[in-house]
Amino acid sequence: MTSIEIPTDADLVRFVYREARLLDEHRFEDWLDLFTADGRYWMPLEWGQTDRKLTASLLDEDLLLLRVRVERLKGNRTFSQKPKSRCHHVLQMPAVDTRDTSGNVYETYTPFHYVETRLDEQQLYAGWAKHTLTVEGGKIKIRMKRVDLVNCDAAFGNIQLFM
Amino acid sequence: MTRYAGNPQAVKALVRETEVHRDVYIDQEIFDLEMQHLFHNTWNYVGHDSQVKNVGDYFTTTIGAQPVIMVRHTDNSVKVLFNRCPHKGTKIAIDGCGNAGKFFRCPYHAWTFRTDGSLLAIPLKKGYDQTGFEGSEAARGMAPVRHVKNYRGFVFAKINDAGPDFETFFGESLSSLDNMIDRSPVGKLEVAGGVLRYMHKCNWKMLVENQTDTCHPMVAHESSAGTAVDVWKKVSNGAEGKRPMAVEIFAPFVSPYEFFEGMGIRVWPNGHGHTGVSHSIHSDYSAVPGYFEKMVAAYGEERAKAILDEARHNTVYFPNVMIKGPIQLLRIFRPIAPDKTLVESWTYRLVDAPDMLLERTLVYNRLINAPTSVVGHDDLEMYERAQEGLHSDGSQWVNVQRLYDPHEMEQAVAVTNGTTEWQMRNQFRAWAKFMTMSM
Ligand code: FES
Ligand SMILES: [Fe+2]
Repeated sequence: MTSIEIPTDADLVRFVYREARLLDEHRFEDWLDLFTADGRYWMPLEWGQTDRKLTASLLDEDLLLLRVRVERLKGNRTFSQKPKSRCHHVLQMPAVDTRDTSGNVYETYTPFHYVETRLDEQQLYAGWAKHTLTVEGGKIKIRMKRVDLVNCDAAFGNIQLFM
Repeated sequence: MTRYAGNPQAVKALVRETEVHRDVYIDQEIFDLEMQHLFHNTWNYVGHDSQVKNVGDYFTTTIGAQPVIMVRHTDNSVKVLFNRCPHKGTKIAIDGCGNAGKFFRCPYHAWTFRTDGSLLAIPLKKGYDQTGFEGSEAARGMAPVRHVKNYRGFVFAKINDAGPDFETFFGESLSSLDNMIDRSPVGKLEVAGGVLRYMHKCNWKMLVENQTDTCHPMVAHESSAGTAVDVWKKVSNGAEGKRPMAVEIFAPFVSPYEFFEGMGIRVWPNGHGHTGVSHSIHSDYSAVPGYFEKMVAAYGEERAKAILDEARHNTVYFPNVMIKGPIQLLRIFRPIAPDKTLVESWTYRLVDAPDMLLERTLVYNRLINAPTSVVGHDDLEMYERAQEGLHSDGSQWVNVQRLYDPHEMEQAVAVTNGTTEWQMRNQFRAWAKFMTMSM
């Protein structure tokens, strides 16, 4: 990929699509590389949640915790991944909501459908992904990926992969 | 074909000294009898009174299969009502929580009820004149659950008149609730942070048993907690220093057998018991700045230390609740079907303590009890495999024999090796007792 200084809208959109594709192709190491060192993946529990500290979330992970997940998925004794889960993203065209070139902050908004499957079970989830992106060393990186499910407060079974 | 209804001997025969028949997990008739007997004869956690602070505040939930409403009555007491209109059965409230004002109003035909359930008014009342309505069941209003106890904010209820009173049912096991509450400098908790809800395709009792199953963490959680320890080792390059909170929380899960043997298990009558008599996976969390000082100011140093030194791991309140005193967390295993259980994990704020304690409690809850939790995935995989495996005719029995002592029946209260399955046996003995007491 060519080095990016100021991303165009098309660059940002392409980045969001590629991120989903890496997940669907189980290229988790490459996926982790998309995050900045202080990057986070946040999945709120409440509708319209603003607080991450004193309100519970489904996921609120830094790179260390994301790496634990990725390592675990590969583990020999990870029985909940024997057999492995698969996932599938369908994204609506991401909208670029914020372009702050001087602050190096870009935000996108992407409605999605996500399917996770294992054995004979298939679950469908729907929601919105909000990426807070930045450019580092000529590459677009994720500072924060926020995933709001339309039924965030429902009782779920296992969600083992990444939306 | 009914095999168990009205046949207490057959129900009792499902629980042997050291074995349990698979029907307790997979049989629909047994499940229905649990709903009808077990959950009616026992004291069940309904909610916390901080969820209904003001007069008219209500909270909808279930006791076994029964939908109920917990409500703050006009006299400030907390009532528990069956969530059913006496007219046509419509649920009066379905929205989790809210405020009813001075009365509930059924959305179907606008009958109204005081917050103790009694009938207040019916539109076009004269339609019932001279019909003998006063003598009808409906005229009595929404049925209340008759036995309700608010224990230091924790509201419990028992549906049947059968079964022991609150103090007899829980006895000394209330010391675990006390310890959780005493950890607030003002001795008060509040529900906070939101509830995690996790659907399990297994029987509810598998989850209850797992709360004192200390021989599984180092095996089943090698994949999650073990990986967390490994990744941290790599990332930190073995450097000494403060571990991140998440690593502090994960690491003790993969402690060796000796750790769990030494922590001890205490059993109480009626199926209650706890792990972590001397220490537990919660013992070595970092101190939270400013907290100990507040506790000392409130209780004096000796008492403050005694409260905080208690590190009880999981306390099981029979039939289907577990609390973690040191981190103010309560899980309730709600039976939905023989092979379906909704697990709710609730968290509490220690009133007048630093926010950091609630923050840590929420990190724990998210990492361990969420449907997205890797530790949760490890456990659920085992429950689901068991739920399926139990249908095998390889054997009809589940073994709970570890550290069995033929004399244990003579001891109501005991402290013993932390890897014993005594507490599981204790639960099943209580199960047989409360299942059959009203048959
Ligand atoms: S069903 Fe409630 S008023 Fe008729
Ligand atoms: Fe476990």
